[in-house]
Amino acid sequence: MTYIGNKSDLRVVGTRPDRPDGVDKVTGRAIYGADFRLAGQLVGRILRSPHAHAKIIKIDTSKARALPGVKAVMTAQDMPNITSEESFVGEGPTNFRDQSLNVMARDKVLYEGHAVAAVAAMSPSIAEAALALIEVTYEVLPHVIDVEEAMAPGAPILDETLFTAGVDPKPTTPSNIAKKIILKSGDIDAGFAKADIIAEGRYVTAAVHQAYIEPHACVATIGADGQATVYASSQGHFMIRAFCAKLLGMEISNIRVIPLEIGGGFGGKTIVYLEPVALTLSKMAGKPVKLVMTREEVFRASGPTSGAVVEVKMGAMKDGTIVAAQAVLKYQAGAFPGSPVQPGLMCAFAMYDIPNVHLTGYDVISNRAKVAAYRAPGAPISSYAAEQVVDDLARQLGMDAITIREKNAAKAGTKTVYGVTFPEIGYEAVLAAAKSHAHWKAPLGKNQGRGIATGFWFNIGGESSASVFVNEDGSVSVVSGSPDIGGSRASMAMMAAEVLGIPVANVRPIIGDTASIGFTNVTGGSRVTYATGMATVQATEKVIEQLKQRAAMIWDISPDAVDWKDGQAVPAGANAGGFDPLSLAAIAAKAGKTGGPIGSEVSVNAQGAGPGFGAHICDVEVDRETGQTTILRYTAIQDVGRAIHPSYVEGQIQGGAVQGIGWALNEEYIYDAKGKMDNAGFLDYRVPVASDLPMIEAVLVEVPNTRHPFGVRGVGEVPIVPPMAAIGNAVRDAIGIRMHSLPMSPPKVRKALDSGQG
Amino acid sequence: MPKVVISGSTCRAFTGGVSELEVTADTVGRMVRELDQRFPGLGHHVAEFMAVAIDGVIFQDAYSEKLPEHAEIVLIPKIGAG
Repeated sequence: MTYIGNKSDLRVVGTRPDRPDGVDKVTGRAIYGADFRLAGQLVGRILRSPHAHAKIIKIDTSKARALPGVKAVMTAQDMPNITSEESFVGEGPTNFRDQSLNVMARDKVLYEGHAVAAVAAMSPSIAEAALALIEVTYEVLPHVIDVEEAMAPGAPILDETLFTAGVDPKPTTPSNIAKKIILKSGDIDAGFAKADIIAEGRYVTAAVHQAYIEPHACVATIGADGQATVYASSQGHFMIRAFCAKLLGMEISNIRVIPLEIGGGFGGKTIVYLEPVALTLSKMAGKPVKLVMTREEVFRASGPTSGAVVEVKMGAMKDGTIVAAQAVLKYQAGAFPGSPVQPGLMCAFAMYDIPNVHLTGYDVISNRAKVAAYRAPGAPISSYAAEQVVDDLARQLGMDAITIREKNAAKAGTKTVYGVTFPEIGYEAVLAAAKSHAHWKAPLGKNQGRGIATGFWFNIGGESSASVFVNEDGSVSVVSGSPDIGGSRASMAMMAAEVLGIPVANVRPIIGDTASIGFTNVTGGSRVTYATGMATVQATEKVIEQLKQRAAMIWDISPDAVDWKDGQAVPAGANAGGFDPLSLAAIAAKAGKTGGPIGSEVSVNAQGAGPGFGAHICDVEVDRETGQTTILRYTAIQDVGRAIHPSYVEGQIQGGAVQGIGWALNEEYIYDAKGKMDNAGFLDYRVPVASDLPMIEAVLVEVPNTRHPFGVRGVGEVPIVPPMAAIGNAVRDAIGIRMHSLPMSPPKVRKALDSGQG
Repeated sequence: MPKVVISGSTCRAFTGGVSELEVTADTVGRMVRELDQRFPGLGHHVAEFMAVAIDGVIFQDAYSEKLPEHAEIVLIPKIGAG
């Protein structure tokens, strides 16, 4: 059933009730991963490699094992030696062998911070003393950090068994280039031949971390009967269960994962680092084991997103029609294959209807921590380059930066380079909203500039489960399998309340563990309000059918003669009888007499998530003396389908924009000559804080997605796609120099001002 | 018959470079089996790592989804995200 209809008919959806988890979070009552404890738990610690690249010759744990208070010491030898097996778990393709080797190095360490051993002890001080007693003999190998250096002939090879895929004939020598991908449409040479003007550039982005405030943390316990329980904060407790089962050779039914509150993930908590280690230590020690990463460990050993080199060339006719677009993307994958270069390729020019496109992508390993998903993985990097080249085309033509985008905008019927023809999309509506916004025409001062950039993300659906049941007093509980990162509890409660016709305060949403609700994919890909929302709505509709049947039983009439209206059962018409309405509470009170508890669980594999588009307008001021860029004003416009709780939707957009601002201006992984990270802490890895920023104005454009009962589209990915290019375009506007690498930090801008080249 | 478009080089490696073909299948599941029969290994690859776009709407792991008579089906990599 659809509830899209007239927005003004909705009583709950589209309002801004207090968040159900708000009080717990602001009072400290919420239990995050690092807060959780079990009686008798041991303290776990992990020994990590001091080298960027080295063979492990020997690990001697005897002295650590002998230390009083140490209950378990493990290395990779205590885990199954997993063979290469590719699959799609969590948020992308993965190889279980690589996952296992990333959790605990076996023969080689591939980056500084790579885990090599772990201990469980009675206290933190004993655990740390034990780590110091583990003797690891390394043979240090040459390392490579930079993506293009890793691709070059003669580069240190990380994996002698890795041969570049996607190349014909198959290479006979190993390479750090895991994969080469080509996407093309039309005739790129003919397209450029037709162009009146050409714009091009080589852009470099730094690896940046998701920078969630909460570190990775878990408590694991496993009994003598092999029954295990893991308490962890993550983006998917079913994902943790699947990885632990696979990496440790356990049955899924023997692992129960209980989700704790999560303090940010942004894609970085869609894989496991600690849980298989904690389970192994717990099995060895016979006691629960708790592991919490330090901030340094988070930076050194958990996935950032790729740094990259992106070369873009575009050609346009004098009227602004873009006739050719070409790009080469070189993405860092970290120590194991699997960068987001594929979606980077697919998203680079997805906002435009361009007849001739040629894209080449390289997935490249180097001696860095394995990358993990980060909001719209891959898209912000390619869009950062492409959207600045579009800006250069507009400048060459003397054309308004929104007008050139409108002229070339993708719309329903536009065929993308990856072959898909767009259904109804909201890109033109987003551009129209940007053009009519007062920000676009507002005056600028000295040393100030304005930029705009746009972005695209696919959005996804997938497998989700939700149950809805009516309590004895008529209140309602909603249980879903999706960890709540972006406000999903509020959204689920609101959709259930809307369908039931009751106040949202009467609905209590919770997150079920892996043993209490059906399988649910990770919270990621902007899928939860869409897919889990679909399951919630369908479960609620089934509950209403039960409520109507119970009312019919009480009135002794046919269920067909009962309607559900405004949270009550009413006779469907005059012929049904003159009964007074029966409230939810009245029906619930008689549930035991009319058939028992009322409730329903629904599992779906949601399809057809509508693509999302956004446009960001940014004003900056550049201090020509220091090179510092200050964000003066920022407006983010996005097609959100239908906002269930507008405050959360605005928060998603604001958060994505702020993370993009950090990526643009400050954030980067810095390595020393030995391949060690130099800035593994928030003091030296500078994320934006409130005092750095103006209020981010979020403008919601609502083009409902007809495949969802309320018209929802995902919103969490798109807002991190445009910021870097929008800021780059604004800095270009302010100083007259195009900056070509991120972050656009004060020293770089100062240097550009001195040299006249960015 | 529905037309299958293979835009990526990874899948084209199974088809010997063929980038478009017609299938008799009327559901996604049957299409996967048919592709595997015609190009051994492609069906497994599509089942594990690919999504399909049917007339522009993306489906992942949706074996029961119907393929309309003249539909355009595009094989694209599964989409994850953050």
